[in-house]
Amino acid sequence: MSDSVTALALRGLSKAFTRPAVDKLDLTVCAGEFYILLGPNGAGKTTTLKMVTGLLRPDAGSIHVFGVDALADPVGAKRIMAWLGDEPMIYDKLSPLEYLDFIAGLWEVPSSVAVPRAVELIELLGLQGHANARCEGLSKGMRQKVALAGALVHEPRLIILDEPFTGLDAGSARLVKDVLRARLRDGCSVIMTTHILDVAERMADRIGVIAQGRLIAEGTLNQLRAQAGQGDGSLEDTFLTLVAQGALEGEGAG
Amino acid sequence: MSTPGSTPWFARHEVRLAWRDFRLLVGQGPSRSRRGLVVGVIALGLFLHWLADKMFGEVGAAASLADRPTLIVMTGILIMGWMLMLSQAMEAVTRAFYTRADLELLLSSPVPAWRIFAVRIVAMAIQIGAMSMLLAFPFLNVLAWSGGPRWLGGYGVLLAAVMLAVAVAVALTVALFSIIGPRRTRVVAQIVAAVLGAVFIVALQIAAVATYGTISSTLVLQSSALEKVAPGTDSLIWLGARGVLGEIPALLTLLALGAVALALAIAVFAPRFGDFAIAAASVGHAGGHAARDPEAPPRFVNRSPRQALQRKEWTLLRRDPWLASQTLMQVLYLLPAAFLLWKHFGQGVDIAALLVPVLIAAAGQLAGGLAWIAIGGEDAPELITSAPVPPARVLRAKTEAVMSALAVIFIPFIAVISMVSARAGLVALIGIVVVATTSTAIQFWFRAQAGLSRLRRRQTSSRLASVTEAMAAISFAAAAGFYTAAHTRAGVILGVVPTVIGILIVFGAWMIRPSRQA
Repeated sequence: MSDSVTALALRGLSKAFTRPAVDKLDLTVCAGEFYILLGPNGAGKTTTLKMVTGLLRPDAGSIHVFGVDALADPVGAKRIMAWLGDEPMIYDKLSPLEYLDFIAGLWEVPSSVAVPRAVELIELLGLQGHANARCEGLSKGMRQKVALAGALVHEPRLIILDEPFTGLDAGSARLVKDVLRARLRDGCSVIMTTHILDVAERMADRIGVIAQGRLIAEGTLNQLRAQAGQGDGSLEDTFLTLVAQGALEGEGAG
Repeated sequence: MSTPGSTPWFARHEVRLAWRDFRLLVGQGPSRSRRGLVVGVIALGLFLHWLADKMFGEVGAAASLADRPTLIVMTGILIMGWMLMLSQAMEAVTRAFYTRADLELLLSSPVPAWRIFAVRIVAMAIQIGAMSMLLAFPFLNVLAWSGGPRWLGGYGVLLAAVMLAVAVAVALTVALFSIIGPRRTRVVAQIVAAVLGAVFIVALQIAAVATYGTISSTLVLQSSALEKVAPGTDSLIWLGARGVLGEIPALLTLLALGAVALALAIAVFAPRFGDFAIAAASVGHAGGHAARDPEAPPRFVNRSPRQALQRKEWTLLRRDPWLASQTLMQVLYLLPAAFLLWKHFGQGVDIAALLVPVLIAAAGQLAGGLAWIAIGGEDAPELITSAPVPPARVLRAKTEAVMSALAVIFIPFIAVISMVSARAGLVALIGIVVVATTSTAIQFWFRAQAGLSRLRRRQTSSRLASVTEAMAAISFAAAAGFYTAAHTRAGVILGVVPTVIGILIVFGAWMIRPSRQA
């Protein structure tokens, strides 16, 4: 992990719907880092990631992706990012290969580069037998893998994942983890939300805990344990303690 | 209070959902826009009553049960309307089979599936009936005003026709399902619905072109040839027309027939709907289409984002069964126009003046459908938004995709019309570009990302857009008719009036568009 280059920098990021969803959030992800955002339902995790990817407009704050101001130059920032939501965003009437061809066109990847990448991803994710079948016949897990292949085919420098393991069986989840680790080794950065604490424990370089739109704790697993006063406790205990502390602080501040 | 799980309980549930859909539809946008919408609807209602008065004001008092020509024209109009109802009903039944929405929850509950489907069949009848009533409202009111309350029998006939149409649609769709299976029924039922909706009016128009050299279907209905072969006034074939004219026994017979047919359809088919819906669900799991060759190597081509978007839109448009049926219906409606062109090629501006408005109105409707699929029906809106392509370029690429699909259909017509009259060709070209642009713009303003797979939401959320785009297209089509036919300055000035109306409608749509957050 290299601390010298910042992959993602959020400063004072805020967004309110009927009530504040994200509240003056400061967050930094370093290049080559696997950063996991944890938080209870409605904590503001997905809203944060959607603002980074340009799917929501923040009310205030700044977003920089590898130095590119994502609010001033959204197209420049999107060029080096990939977003994968918990609901697979693919076209029923296209085949996985047609889908990857479409993504390559959107990100302007030359076909000479896109074809070997697509073939590699299709093989890596175990989609060989389905590469030319329409996606409408694929299972939820397979669709999730097609969407992941789409997110990786343009070789983003920052991968943003929202609950990517939803709908995946154990084997597929392992496959996806391996693919993400390989990307990290190649210098890619990942920021991901998950409710599967085991995944966070095994994969994260750093974990950020978010509650009521604010970052209430951040660090490695050991640092979080220390902050929660949990010693050798599990991440589950640590997480629940931190969220409870955060809620108390929130009430105190309110 | 109805017992949970009972038929009335389901009916209440459906009514609540429909009411909330409606509230969502008219509740979008600021209250000023909602007031504008109400004023607009009232103004439109008054305009339609005025129009109906001009068209049928004198018919009301004159029409008689003993008058065979009147019975022929009225029966023709009734058959036309009923075929449209049948087409709509078939589409609704197909939707009920294939739209998952809450079906999985309901089918997994311990409540008998027939209750759900019995309520849904009745809901279809109510929905189609409400739309038909809305369309018939000004005409029946004007006829009743000028010809006495006997014309109110028209509402009863309409109700009977809706019940009969839904019953026949259910039977037809179930028959298709049993004969050709769930996979093929999805496409075939929509195509059959499109053909049924168009076939009668198209046949009348072709007959009019062949006999009178004009596209007006009413000329055939008023022809002496038809009068000669038509049965006497006491024939059962005039039952509908008699009902509309207020003959109570005919009206009661029709209502009884409709009610019995609908009740039979519910009793016979509702218990089997659950099985059909489950079979339809397996279509998706089995894969709608087998892979051509699972091992075929990828064939990517270098494309700009614009080209990639256009190609994606064309592929999806080509593979969408709903669109296939809609396009087919539009093409069917264009057949008489093509026949007229072929038959009277070289006869000058008069034929062109007749055709140009027809083409423009058809282009407007088709453009609206295509634009909805390209813009509102985007299956992966988050993917498109997260791509490094500015939103304006995305919209432009999608608009171009819609325009080029329209070009394939309409350029041959424009080319032939241009040979007849260069001025008419130019007016047709400009008119088609204008209606295609306005339809796309209206769909963009009213877009509600629904995803192509969520047919039900698509069709409820875009109704306001559909109405405004149809009204704009009709205005521009009328204007084009004046511009094509005008030989004098006064004629051109006449064309300015519908042009201004069209522009005002588009402006009104822009004013009442839902606000966007991001």
